[in-house]
Amino acid sequence: MVDNQNTVCFRTMHLNETVRHSLAAYRSLGGYQQWERILTERLEPEGIIEELKLSVLRGRGGAGFPTGLKWSFMPRKAPGQKYIVCNSDEGEPGTCKDRDILRYNPHQLIEGMAIAGYCIGATVGYNYIRGEFYEPIAHFEAAIQEAYAAGFIGKNILGSGIDFDLYVHRGAGAYVCGEETALLESIEGKKGQPRYKPPFPAQSGLFGRPTTINNTETLASVPVILERGGQWFLDQGRPNNGGLKLFSVTGHVNQPGNFEVPLGTPFRELLALAGGVKDGRQLKAVIPGGSSVPVLPGEIMLQLDMDYDSLAKAGTMLGSGAVIVIAEGTCMVKVLANLAHFYAHESCGQCTPCREGTGWLARVLHRILHGHGQMSDLALLDSVAGRIGGRTICALGDAAAMPVQSFLKHYRHEFEHLIKHGRPLDAAA
Amino acid sequence: MSDKITIEIDGRSCEAAAGEMIIAVADREGIPIPRFCYHPKLSVAANCRMCLVEAEQNGRPFPKPVPACATPVGTGLKVWTRSAKALDAQRSTMEFLLINHPLDCPICDQGGECELQDVAVGYGGDVSRYSEAKRVVVDEDLGALIATCMTRCIHCTRCVRFIAEIAGTRELGATGRSDHMRIGTFVATGIAHELSGNIIDLCPVGALTAKPSQFKARAWELTAHDSIAPHDAVGAKIQLHVRRGQVIRVHPRCDEAINENWLADRERFSYEGLTSVARLTHPRLKRDGVWHDVSWDVALQQVAAVFNTVPGDDLGVLLSPQSTLEELYLAQRLFRAHGCPNIDSRLRQQDFRGDAVDVVPWLGLPIADLEQQTAVLVIGSDLRQEQPLLAHRLRKAALHGATIALVNPYQVNLTHPNHQFVAAPQQLLTELAAIAAALGGRGAGEIANLIAQATPTDAHQTVANALKTAGESQHGRILLGALAAADPNYVAFKALAYLIAEVSGCGVGYLPPAANSVGVYFAGALPHVTAGNQPAATVGLNTAAMLSNPRRAYFLWGFEPDNDLIDPTAARKALNAAEFVVIGTAFTSPALEAVADVLLPIAAYAETAGTLVNAAGTWQRFQGAVAPPGEARPGWKVLRVLGNAFNCDGFNYQSAKDVHDELLTNCGECELTTAPQGEYSPLVTRPDPIELTRIGAVPIYAVDSLVRHADSLQQTPLAIPFQAGLHPDEARRRGLNTGDQVRIQQGDAVMTTTVVIDTTVAIGTIRIPAGIIDSEQLGAQIGAVSFSRV
Repeated sequence: MVDNQNTVCFRTMHLNETVRHSLAAYRSLGGYQQWERILTERLEPEGIIEELKLSVLRGRGGAGFPTGLKWSFMPRKAPGQKYIVCNSDEGEPGTCKDRDILRYNPHQLIEGMAIAGYCIGATVGYNYIRGEFYEPIAHFEAAIQEAYAAGFIGKNILGSGIDFDLYVHRGAGAYVCGEETALLESIEGKKGQPRYKPPFPAQSGLFGRPTTINNTETLASVPVILERGGQWFLDQGRPNNGGLKLFSVTGHVNQPGNFEVPLGTPFRELLALAGGVKDGRQLKAVIPGGSSVPVLPGEIMLQLDMDYDSLAKAGTMLGSGAVIVIAEGTCMVKVLANLAHFYAHESCGQCTPCREGTGWLARVLHRILHGHGQMSDLALLDSVAGRIGGRTICALGDAAAMPVQSFLKHYRHEFEHLIKHGRPLDAAA
Repeated sequence: MSDKITIEIDGRSCEAAAGEMIIAVADREGIPIPRFCYHPKLSVAANCRMCLVEAEQNGRPFPKPVPACATPVGTGLKVWTRSAKALDAQRSTMEFLLINHPLDCPICDQGGECELQDVAVGYGGDVSRYSEAKRVVVDEDLGALIATCMTRCIHCTRCVRFIAEIAGTRELGATGRSDHMRIGTFVATGIAHELSGNIIDLCPVGALTAKPSQFKARAWELTAHDSIAPHDAVGAKIQLHVRRGQVIRVHPRCDEAINENWLADRERFSYEGLTSVARLTHPRLKRDGVWHDVSWDVALQQVAAVFNTVPGDDLGVLLSPQSTLEELYLAQRLFRAHGCPNIDSRLRQQDFRGDAVDVVPWLGLPIADLEQQTAVLVIGSDLRQEQPLLAHRLRKAALHGATIALVNPYQVNLTHPNHQFVAAPQQLLTELAAIAAALGGRGAGEIANLIAQATPTDAHQTVANALKTAGESQHGRILLGALAAADPNYVAFKALAYLIAEVSGCGVGYLPPAANSVGVYFAGALPHVTAGNQPAATVGLNTAAMLSNPRRAYFLWGFEPDNDLIDPTAARKALNAAEFVVIGTAFTSPALEAVADVLLPIAAYAETAGTLVNAAGTWQRFQGAVAPPGEARPGWKVLRVLGNAFNCDGFNYQSAKDVHDELLTNCGECELTTAPQGEYSPLVTRPDPIELTRIGAVPIYAVDSLVRHADSLQQTPLAIPFQAGLHPDEARRRGLNTGDQVRIQQGDAVMTTTVVIDTTVAIGTIRIPAGIIDSEQLGAQIGAVSFSRV
């Protein structure tokens, strides 16, 4: 079994559940000490960023971009307002890890955001939280109040002359607002549509000012990295895949949930933590990084380790760490039709290929699922998906295309069977 | 941006400025890249994905095709617009654009001039792979000018960006996601903007088309005739699209120095007036109170016969400043030859005390240079209503940080940062005096008194400082508009304008109200100015004097006295008392028939050749595109024949160009300046203590007969009705509410109208529009009124 579970973002998990999200609970684990140390010792931001680079903390929102490198892009000393924005939109189907950070360890995120603000020269932070969340927002808002009252954020923090104000912005249910530039548009009060890059947010972000956007888990990892050292964090995982990662294991497992385990943990062990495949059925397939990443057959997954590079080598992605487990007896056409419907519904409508193509895919899949498919539809699906991928401003187009291509690659026979016989090949569930 | 680099597009090496977009370089080089959302005058959206191209930089290929509209060029860039990868991306986008497009080209007004159609020929497939249901979209009602078929929309957002970035009102936007995304007005309000028609040109498909010309003709049936827009003094370049002798629609021609590629709705849709039932189609003669259609011979002989019996001094000649240079020149030549010096074309002015020192009231600089000003003080102008495209230039300046200040008798609606000083007309002089005082100006005579009494506030000081800074870098301007020109103390406004200009270092300019307001000086259609802007030997009566000292006979040309003269009641009185009134006009009306004895049908714009001089002093010639209706004839021809009937020498012109060339010779040395030929030393007229001052601004779609007869424009929200706008405080003091009926008395004139509470109106004033139906029952545009509740 995994021995160093829940030691970073979930380190308050073992505390009393009625108080574990409080300031007192967080302080009992050494919370805010890193922030205090930075302010009293006036640590150079460059040094902190070097520590992060050493830790190889990679963006936990899905793209896996090295966090230290991202922070170093900010024109820290340029005059004018700069912003740190936390992405707690958590819209990727299957992902629910950030929700639990907000619920159980909100102060660690606040400390991480304050440190990030210090490193990039931002005195204002926004946390953009998924609008459907209730308890996570309540906990986070309460934590902000506590942090202000204790003087960990606000003006002239701990007499250091450093300011940091933190605001919550609630989303309104659009998946695309989890895309960082659409998120910025949404905070600005506009329709959530991704911006064309360049300019990148580090040049022109929120309200046209330099901005860094990080995922909740990324920011919440920072205080622990500074406490225990970048090398320690790196050592927890694999080379180039530092640290622990939260995995949201859902689907056909006996005990779905969030698990914080080292990167590189074999999938087999993660599956065991989640109680194994539901009702003792056979593992059929896994979407290992949220619904946008390519699906892999179960037998391949069982050979893989859960880190960025291993999954990339196998032709899929670690993504946001949402592991969707699919057992035998599941119609893969239905799974894909469901996913396609989701992307067609959530495309922002801006770019032609995604706006028109996602709807096209969904309608064809719906038709196939209901027994009105033709063999030529399979080539059409593959071609349409290929014409969306890589042709849009943001990655939502790719996210919609990749499942289609991977499902057709691994489960083409199920589509053919349904088209030929009018009923699913494998539909016990 | 000035760094020149060399990039390679399709193997061709191209000069480019670092940072400009690939598509701009390709356009300059004539390399075609298909596009829908890109427009050089709008922000980059990069959403249509039609302009995807393959590219590499310094040997490193971009992993994905890049949008040419949003990819800045840099050193070592190589672009392929027609490689297999680029073409696949472009063809893919075209397929996606077409799956939900209705392909109803045969019944679409855009058919034949549709960007989607054109590009589909190059990049579309011959058979659609799409066999699912197509999207259908509920239509938007955008008002009387723009027809919609939103099912055809391809979501390029050009219209949204135009309304937000150029118009500045954010009336359009996208709602909904995925293929449920809709372009619309959010709250179904329609579009109320003086430049709204431009989104018709911008729309690459048939989603937005022109409502007045809907289903009137196919694009390939139209012949295009170059012309010049006839209403405001921008002199926008236009194209008249004609089918079978009828103007079907009007499009702008691009000229960066004049109208860029935009056109105001007034210039775009006023052609509808050409086919109005009110057009005068026969010469008409009133005998014993009864009107008869007569031949041109009979009509002109009658005019000559009667005028020959009236001494020149007893004649009054009023010419529309919308007339062509040729008409104005011939008319003044004809009547001066006849011994009549009483010629004027400043129909909306009541203070002529500055005539002796006035210069040609032109803009004072090229139109495009307005954008470069860093501070502009506008005196007496409802900018967007009077000068839509000049207002657009000033808006651009404002968005680049220029200080735009306005001194007006009511608060005007602008879509950029501005400083407004709003007061009743007499207090406006005090506001200007305060700005002059803040600049340390002293002035002389009454102006000195005004300045001595002025107490500049922070707001005055801010504007004064901005003008001073702008003046030092030669980028400051004081502009006088139509509301100043109509004021009984116009000369005092001018005196203060020149004083502020002098102490701040700024230049003075005028916002000429009509298409040829500058041209009348070249043509000599003024009591004190003859052809070539030369001083007249004998100074005649101006407009006001001609009407207050009634003449025995009048010759009116190109306007309706009830609507186009500053004081219609005084005009009617003078015309009714005259023995003989001849009106050359394109439109007739019961009001005209009541005062006239002879009506001569003349061609409207689009029907005659001629020349207009725009605000910047640019002469622009144009040819007639359609024949005038019935017996109506181009004005210059009528005047030429009348010249023969008067036995004037040298009236043997063969063409409008002959007239133009003769005038041009007269004008050989005419240089436009802005410095007056002396000091304005006004005695400020202070009306008796009065209840209120009427502010009679002319609404945007009431400036001349043609636009007043353009039905669609009259149905827009900008065509405001006759009503009395009152500041809430004034209304409260009198116990009035919106909807109450009041009797307005202006001199002898009395009229009943409805009160509208309006916070933009200055205290001490009542805003009652001029130039529209019912306003003819009142007196001067700006003047004292009393009123009582009915």
